Amino acid sequence: MSMWEYANPRLFMRWTRPVLPWSFALAGLCLVVGLIWGFFFTPDDFRQGSTVKIIYLHVPSALMAINAWIMMLVASLIWVVRRHHVSALAARAAAPVGVVMTLIALFTGGIWGQPMWGTYWAWDPRLTSFLILFLFYLGYIALWEAIEDPDTAADLTAILCIVGSIFAILSRYAVFFWNQGLHQGASLSLDAEKNVADVFYFPLLVCIAGFVLLFFALVLMRTRTEIRARRIKALQARVVHA
Amino acid sequence: MIALLKRDLALALRAGGGFGFGLAFFLIVVVLVPFGVGPEADILSRIAPGILWVGALLAALLSLDRIFALDFEDGSLALLATSPLPLEAAGLVKASAHWITTGLPLTLAAPFLGFLLSMQSEAYSYLLVSLLIGTPALSMIGTFGAALTVGLRRGGLLLSLLVLPLYIPTLIFGAEAVRLGAAGLNASAPLILQGGITAGCFAILPFATAAVLRINLR
Repeated sequence: MSMWEYANPRLFMRWTRPVLPWSFALAGLCLVVGLIWGFFFTPDDFRQGSTVKIIYLHVPSALMAINAWIMMLVASLIWVVRRHHVSALAARAAAPVGVVMTLIALFTGGIWGQPMWGTYWAWDPRLTSFLILFLFYLGYIALWEAIEDPDTAADLTAILCIVGSIFAILSRYAVFFWNQGLHQGASLSLDAEKNVADVFYFPLLVCIAGFVLLFFALVLMRTRTEIRARRIKALQARVVHA
Repeated sequence: MIALLKRDLALALRAGGGFGFGLAFFLIVVVLVPFGVGPEADILSRIAPGILWVGALLAALLSLDRIFALDFEDGSLALLATSPLPLEAAGLVKASAHWITTGLPLTLAAPFLGFLLSMQSEAYSYLLVSLLIGTPALSMIGTFGAALTVGLRRGGLLLSLLVLPLYIPTLIFGAEAVRLGAAGLNASAPLILQGGITAGCFAILPFATAAVLRINLR
């Protein structure tokens, strides 16, 4: 059996029904453990004091804001190439979650920036790229909302997502050219020398796992809702014609 | 292709407003800025490159929804799609016609508006060159946006929401080139990068435009 069989809506619904509560429960568990561990059982930073603890919300949400867009890009490509409806609906379902993640990252960054940099907002390359990412999400969602025919909407938003990805990457490097940054380098990378200290690192990993699971669960739930909405529409159309 | 280009140009000229609206809008934006920030020449000359670029960008945006809307309504777009000319080429021609009727006049008018903002004399050549390189990208990106929203009744507002984020890289490099030029520094890096963006847009976006048009004509 190939993996594409899961793109069958009926199989998708059957397969995700038991997975959904488990992923919500795991996400909740990871977030509760990670946040409590991070907020109450790690020391204050030598220079940043207790403000360092916002890292447990800021880094995972920023990570998921970008990964949500990448997931939408992959889902759009699958829709364009193989035309599985579940894929298009998953891309649609992920967009609002990605917007919220972007907003969380921007707001927590501002809250942290006020005591540390003395300003809520600076036209720093990383901050600016996130604001641009937010605009891309808005355009994508607005296009979905504006078009009535579901297949046309799926096609057009998929192409917008692909073209938008190219321009989002271009914008990211363009803003680095445009202004020097205040933002520190990556907190996490495979090059372990530069990572944050271990006391902060492990609760952070738990929080990231929590955010990934939360994103997964929310997208599954929203995709299931979209499939049901599509079924209702099909039934209504059948009733009207009969 | 040439016949289509001629037809689009003639339509834009005779319908009026093709040249006029964009230029008048550009002028008004530039005139409004000193009222907003005050008439001091040193402030104006510092923000002049950015104002001129943002103004040109908004003026180019203004006429985008006319690229395909009329052709879509009277059915000539469907004729174009069934003609031997590939739809990709038609998109390219539409973008070129839009550039000739808005981008080129804006480029030529920008130095004169620079006087109003008391821009430094070193910046004029950079302004002209960066607009000349950058505005074709604006037209091509805008054509793609117009093709995306052609089937919608109230597409105009959505069009600006979709297209303006895509304009960001062009704007950054264009304004940066003029700013560096005004400061007497070497502005070749942003100009080359901007040329790259324009070339890339013309290489990729005609295909995206044609794909989107085919979906909308389905």
